[in-house]
Amino acid sequence: MTLTVESRQRVTDARGSAIDELVVNVGPSHPSTHGVCRVIAHLEGEIVTKADPVIGYLHRGIEKMAENRTYLQVVPLTDRLDYVGSMYANWAYCRSVERLAGITVPERAEYLRVITCELQRIASHMMAIGSSAADTGASTMFLYAFEVRERIIEMFEELCGSRLTYNYVRPGGVSFDLPEGWVDLCRTFCEGLTDKLAEMDRLFFGNVITRGRMKGVGVLSAEDAVGWGASGPVARGSGVDWDLRKDDAYSVYPRFDFEVPLGDAGDCYDRARVRLFESYESGTIVMQALEQMEPGPVNAPVSRLIAPRAGEAYDHIESARGSLGVYLVSDGSPRPYRMKVRSPAFCNLALLKVLAPGHTLSDLVVILGSLDPVFGEVDR
Amino acid sequence: MAFVDSLGSALERAPGGGIVLTSIDALMDWSRGHSLWAMPMGTACCAMELIAASFSKFDFDRLGTFPRPDPRHVDVMVVAGTVTTKMAPAVKRLWEQMPDPKWCIAMGNCAVSGGIFYYDSYSVVRGVDEFLPVDVYICGCPPRPESLMDAVIQLRARIATESIGSTTEHRAKYILPFDADPSQGGGGE
Ligand code: SF4
Repeated sequence: MTLTVESRQRVTDARGSAIDELVVNVGPSHPSTHGVCRVIAHLEGEIVTKADPVIGYLHRGIEKMAENRTYLQVVPLTDRLDYVGSMYANWAYCRSVERLAGITVPERAEYLRVITCELQRIASHMMAIGSSAADTGASTMFLYAFEVRERIIEMFEELCGSRLTYNYVRPGGVSFDLPEGWVDLCRTFCEGLTDKLAEMDRLFFGNVITRGRMKGVGVLSAEDAVGWGASGPVARGSGVDWDLRKDDAYSVYPRFDFEVPLGDAGDCYDRARVRLFESYESGTIVMQALEQMEPGPVNAPVSRLIAPRAGEAYDHIESARGSLGVYLVSDGSPRPYRMKVRSPAFCNLALLKVLAPGHTLSDLVVILGSLDPVFGEVDR
Repeated sequence: MAFVDSLGSALERAPGGGIVLTSIDALMDWSRGHSLWAMPMGTACCAMELIAASFSKFDFDRLGTFPRPDPRHVDVMVVAGTVTTKMAPAVKRLWEQMPDPKWCIAMGNCAVSGGIFYYDSYSVVRGVDEFLPVDVYICGCPPRPESLMDAVIQLRARIATESIGSTTEHRAKYILPFDADPSQGGGGE
């Protein structure tokens, strides 16, 4: 189901003269939609006049399923939400549960969460940068980015035995302490990261074709970004200084010294480049966390059958895509009464409607890639 | 492939045709098995491992398997990920667009049986074998890229047993177990 012409209808423009409009269906299985998204694009010549994302192709009912599971059993489900960065959904969910049940997390566990999540941010951004590169035709860049990602995934595998669905962050802490030699492995990785990122910067962002394809494409103003509820690199690419790690500092983030990179043009280029700089900042955070971390327990004694007070809780973290929040309602039983995920990818994807008109069909793909949607999280 | 199929049955009937047929079979199976272009039908998390498998470090290109996201160019469809009732008609349609002979690999528990969503999800198809003829199943949530490579090798072994004389009728008719119009490509506005 690649590009298929759906209909050719005669429509009239504002002045009443007839123009040819072509409706093109992209997806739901298309190499550049980054998952199972379908976009109905209305074209005039090669210019997109209207782009409608159709979602729901990966709606698996995770929020509903959570109602039938105990609080601990929901954690593996949250892995499957944002599968490019599974740690985040784990953490956001666990924070909500901890807030609801009044669990205090040991300090070492907080550090481990920060370390894994910052590594996850690098991995996720590498995927995002790599696939935006592939969208502009630069497949070599994808290989460079994936090499970095693969090393992080290997570290995660050593840590929790899984390459993608970690189930690492649990209510009350994390599942395992660091294995032997992991700290050195991680340090070596972070030390080499700067060079790798600089290389990518030269290779991809300094490339004249990349600049031509991405600069000035899909310009998002700061007002629109705020108005449409965008967050994460999409908002920061437009210069909106909004990062929950700074603005609603959670966990041990106030103890670290890091910058929040901001773009100014708000185009695809800035959004992608913000991700690259963020990866660098994440590397420095991991280094600091490894320095500051003290030995200690990694898990608070939590009952297997958590039955929190009746009530509700919301907590959010800064995921690689933006502010990811989990809202939980409890009726006092060991199962959540309702779980709702505030998904940044969903909010960011809505911007496609605003950004795509006026650009060519090939730019539509680049714009979609720069929003970095993950459909597990969009559709839930 | 209609010509090859009719050639196969004609050879089977002809005197001494069996010898010719086996030699042709050996050639066909060898060439088919060693250049399996894959349709990456990545729908969910498993797609990440499918991507990882095709990149450096794993690189299943060395088995002759090359991801090609165009149904007209491929031999094997790798269904990697959860298939929902909304997505299933699109998957089926893509399968129908693939030219014969074609094979299918179900990658990951979701594609095998619905996986983690088997018991209480209201929107997940319990395994793609409800509407596709699956040749190789890979379990795991998600399976490692090595498993995918192993699946390709197993599929190659399976192809080696096939003959152009035998028809592949078991693949011919599959119907969707639920009410959906395949011509629409699934839902939408
Ligand atoms: S099998 Fe597991 S990893 Fe694969 S798509 Fe299903 S839930 Fe995701």
